[in-house]
Amino acid sequence: MSASAIAGVRGGGIVLRGDDIDTDRIIPARFLRAVTFEGLEASVFADDRREAAREGRVHSFDDPARREARILFVNANFGCGSSREHAPQALYRRGLRAIVGTSFAEIFFGNAVAIGLPCLSAPADTIATLMAHAAAHPEAEWVVDVASLRVSADEVSVDVTLEATARAALLSGTWDVTSLLLERYDEVERVAARLPYLREFVGSGN
Amino acid sequence: MPRAWGLSRPASSCYDHERDMPDTLFRKVWDRHAVRPLANGQTQLYVGLHLVHEVTSPQAFDALAAHGWPVRAPHRTFATVDHILPTLSLVRPLADPMAETMTSALERNCLSHGIPLFDPASGAQGIVHVIGPELGLTQPGLTITCGDSHTSTHGAFGALAFGIGTSQVRDVLASQCLAVSPLRVRRITVTGRLAPGVYAKDVILAIINTLGVGGGAGHAYEYAGDTIDRMSMDERMTICNMSIEGGARVGYVNPDQTTFDYLRGRRFAPAGEAFDRACRWWSSLASDPGAAYDDDVTIDASTLAPMVTWGIDPGQSVRVDDVVPRPDTVPTSERARLAEAAAFMGMTPGQPIAGTHIDVAFIGSCTNARLSDLREAARMVSGQRLARHVRGLVVPGSQAVAADAEREGLPEIFRAAGFEWRHAGCSMCLAMNPDRLTGREVCASSSNRNFKGRQGSPTGRTLLMSPAMVAAAAIAGEVVDVRPLIGSAGSGVSTGCS
Repeated sequence: MSASAIAGVRGGGIVLRGDDIDTDRIIPARFLRAVTFEGLEASVFADDRREAAREGRVHSFDDPARREARILFVNANFGCGSSREHAPQALYRRGLRAIVGTSFAEIFFGNAVAIGLPCLSAPADTIATLMAHAAAHPEAEWVVDVASLRVSADEVSVDVTLEATARAALLSGTWDVTSLLLERYDEVERVAARLPYLREFVGSGN
Repeated sequence: MPRAWGLSRPASSCYDHERDMPDTLFRKVWDRHAVRPLANGQTQLYVGLHLVHEVTSPQAFDALAAHGWPVRAPHRTFATVDHILPTLSLVRPLADPMAETMTSALERNCLSHGIPLFDPASGAQGIVHVIGPELGLTQPGLTITCGDSHTSTHGAFGALAFGIGTSQVRDVLASQCLAVSPLRVRRITVTGRLAPGVYAKDVILAIINTLGVGGGAGHAYEYAGDTIDRMSMDERMTICNMSIEGGARVGYVNPDQTTFDYLRGRRFAPAGEAFDRACRWWSSLASDPGAAYDDDVTIDASTLAPMVTWGIDPGQSVRVDDVVPRPDTVPTSERARLAEAAAFMGMTPGQPIAGTHIDVAFIGSCTNARLSDLREAARMVSGQRLARHVRGLVVPGSQAVAADAEREGLPEIFRAAGFEWRHAGCSMCLAMNPDRLTGREVCASSSNRNFKGRQGSPTGRTLLMSPAMVAAAAIAGEVVDVRPLIGSAGSGVSTGCS
């Protein structure tokens, strides 16, 4: 795959409040009934949006002012639960290009980076500041700088963190790693040759 | 802090079987599979076993085709179909066109790449995390990947098993390697005897309740202590299965005689003298006394009670003799989440969880649909009838589990009680097939997730508990404490692992 470097993201913000938002909520399992990722953006947060509509609220993903948003603000442990890559795929296909939150579930984080969707972290009170500004100013133009690890809009500017390996991968354009894993394959063969379960005590399977 | 690749010792010594310093199983297995550091700082890890299913693989196979990459190690790749399969009729073409499309796609991909597929015709089909162990594919010391978060199940054998997304499924298919960062290791020592009616499910629900649904982030959980030592492989799998519900991508138990006894004679396990050699290698991988851990936690299992979730994540649980938490008993930061959960579940803070009305009873899933689970549930329903308003579903974890259960007469017990006995698969755990809740139904479920909408109805509600607790709730029509019932429950159905 030809990944390109991601030094930063610029665009509108969208706020999704709540800790422990699981991937079943991001994309309910019935939308995994498919053999491609195409069209998932239409179903992102499908049940939460319907619940909000029923209660007379406007879910942020249904807010016309946020339709072009590129930066999502979330709280803690975002993306917990299922390993479905459909979750970051749905968010990416919806147009989001960076997520900023208190913390992320591990598999979700890896899946997101693997498709070039950086997930940056900041303490809960900082996230509260960012959310407050983003909620009050739909027109705000946000800059998420992966290189300098800052998130800014208008007079707001905060430091964020990003796991060093993910940051290096995004900045160098090596976030799509298949080609890396196929390089110098003789080293892989050497490791495999030392694993006894591949040579010394292989079950027959019969 | 996690040790960066290569910091622990020179790379050249990564493969020495003799160590000069005590180490954890995690690091021993990691080091034996570490290929090289990648430019981005991650480690390239060789994958010993890759398990594939129909939901998270078709896009990965398409990516391989687009690049012209072959599957690098088809002999270390095995597939089954589990999520999408109906549990009523397996006649092809499947009645659900999308189930047929997804099943056919997997069949095509396996055929064109030479990957063995355990489909219903093989007699070895089942939930991927149930069949890996029962076929003897899952072994100590392996690195295992699967595009499913409950891959942590396989850690019960002392393997490092990673749930992965579809991009990583593509990586592993193409290279038999995973790019991954090392994890910290938290040892969770569980001590004391479980009271009758308290099960492995209750232990892991209590652990998640204590450490939080995000508490395991960045960690592998090593489960240790005399309670774990006494557990069967089935029970250890239940524990490791739900590691991810505590935020830990990897969970494991050190291999011991229980592990070896389970594996002996299994289809893909080594045979004869090779098995003894394997046991020696497997034993050498167990964490050494004196190994350093990044964190240590102790749980007293002797005081545990059956656990029931009342909320919308697996950490929101209480003892069956307790009440739904009141806002003033939880930290301020958790109150919004508590209120959201209570509102969704229709629970009133302070109400006893026992007595909660249920509509559906589901016994199944990769957490609790192995033979010992079905035996325990059958014991509770033997000679009894489902409550009039309850719909009961038993979905064995695999065709092999179903066959064993049939030999013991378990389906007759369940049917006589009014349960439906179905074909193997993931079924109502995540409701990708027709098995689902409707409306605001409440389901007593032996599965692993009580997320909003998880069981197929956006407003459906899930109460997680052990299979015996589900069975007891099905009979009573409401949540009940299984402990007073356990002594008098049906006789002649033994417990323990297969």
